[in-house]
Amino acid sequence: MSALAALIRRDLLVAWRVGGGALIGALFFLGIVVLMPFAVGPDLVLLKKIGPAILWIGAMLASLLTLDRLFAADLEDGSLDLIVMSRTPLELACLAKALAHWLATGIPLVLIAPVLALMLNLDGPAMLGVVLTLLAGTPALTLLGMIGAALAVTLRRGGLLLPILVLPLSIPTLIFGVIAANQAADGGSAFGAPFSILCALSLFGLVVGPFAAAASLRQGLD
Amino acid sequence: MRLSGSDLTCVRGGREVFASLDFAVTQGEALCVTGRNGAGKSSLLRIIAGLLAATAGTIRLDGGDAERTLPEQCHFLGYREALKPALSVRENLRFWQDFLGGGTGESCAGSLSAVGLERLSELPASYLSAGQRRRLALARLIAVTRPIWLLDEPTAALDADGQALLTGLMRRHLQAGGLIVAATHDPLDIPARELRLEP
Repeated sequence: MSALAALIRRDLLVAWRVGGGALIGALFFLGIVVLMPFAVGPDLVLLKKIGPAILWIGAMLASLLTLDRLFAADLEDGSLDLIVMSRTPLELACLAKALAHWLATGIPLVLIAPVLALMLNLDGPAMLGVVLTLLAGTPALTLLGMIGAALAVTLRRGGLLLPILVLPLSIPTLIFGVIAANQAADGGSAFGAPFSILCALSLFGLVVGPFAAAASLRQGLD
Repeated sequence: MRLSGSDLTCVRGGREVFASLDFAVTQGEALCVTGRNGAGKSSLLRIIAGLLAATAGTIRLDGGDAERTLPEQCHFLGYREALKPALSVRENLRFWQDFLGGGTGESCAGSLSAVGLERLSELPASYLSAGQRRRLALARLIAVTRPIWLLDEPTAALDADGQALLTGLMRRHLQAGGLIVAATHDPLDIPARELRLEP
């Protein structure tokens, strides 16, 4: 098996075993969305209007929750040292870790989003819009968040710093994700442009994320 | 093959750990780095492994694989064993074998039985004792072939059997033309040069 496939497989196994991040992220997402109607009140019209935004905020916070362990776990058990020393370029190793994180925590968010959308009184098109935008936008959350995760591990005890670092980076993704999802709910005439920008943000993260994270890890390990 | 360092200086957190350090170790030889706590033993190993930048000085490897960097030719066994508690003993070793690759080491099962863990291969690593975790880390040394071994306190947590096992592994590695740099408090039962770090 190639080195990268082995790394992806290991991270997926760890995420799915007891105490791993996959289920935690999805449950946290569920928690946020369930809490929202209690805070807003049982106003179905209002919930339908702000539903896509609630789902996006929930997905963003849930992905942030699990990003914290992306490099911290490998740093604590010493794996990161061996990964940095290995023949696999660190950029590719970071990309593989991001892919595993997205598969383990991003995809479950996309899959449970339709169920949660029902709880927020979203109809078919709106539900489809949220699922599509989450599918296109969660890679950006993971890839840009990875930069923050790498910076946070190189500053000792940086765990609490991670949300502060990552939230500003996530703003563009959130803006275009919610705009596209709302457009889909309103009939979809202006869905294309924000959705394209959302895809572009994910591609931007794909290019920048691994290099920035690897550079941060190389500088900061000691 | 010859690994040498010249005029190495390491400053950490504004404190000079060691300065103007020279060492050399050749194929089939072991270098035993000794010194008090905080004398810079681990820092020296991490500098050789490329995990820490030396403040001054250079590390050279002559006669190694020209297509590989020095860290790529090293095994690094630190005080953390690089094990995932959620994975089984075999899965942990298998991962490092697949990820580090590039060498023709022992098979996964062969390495585990060499360190006496063959009966625990399906046990999650979280249930291992400190000594058993060490043994699993030692299995990595033989499952993947690397010419240079950097061992940081390799005897820590090992029982008498485990220490004998480690000695056997190190002797075999040296006879096969390998090279070892070990930081240790306990004397290792192999012929070794000593490099004493004075604070």
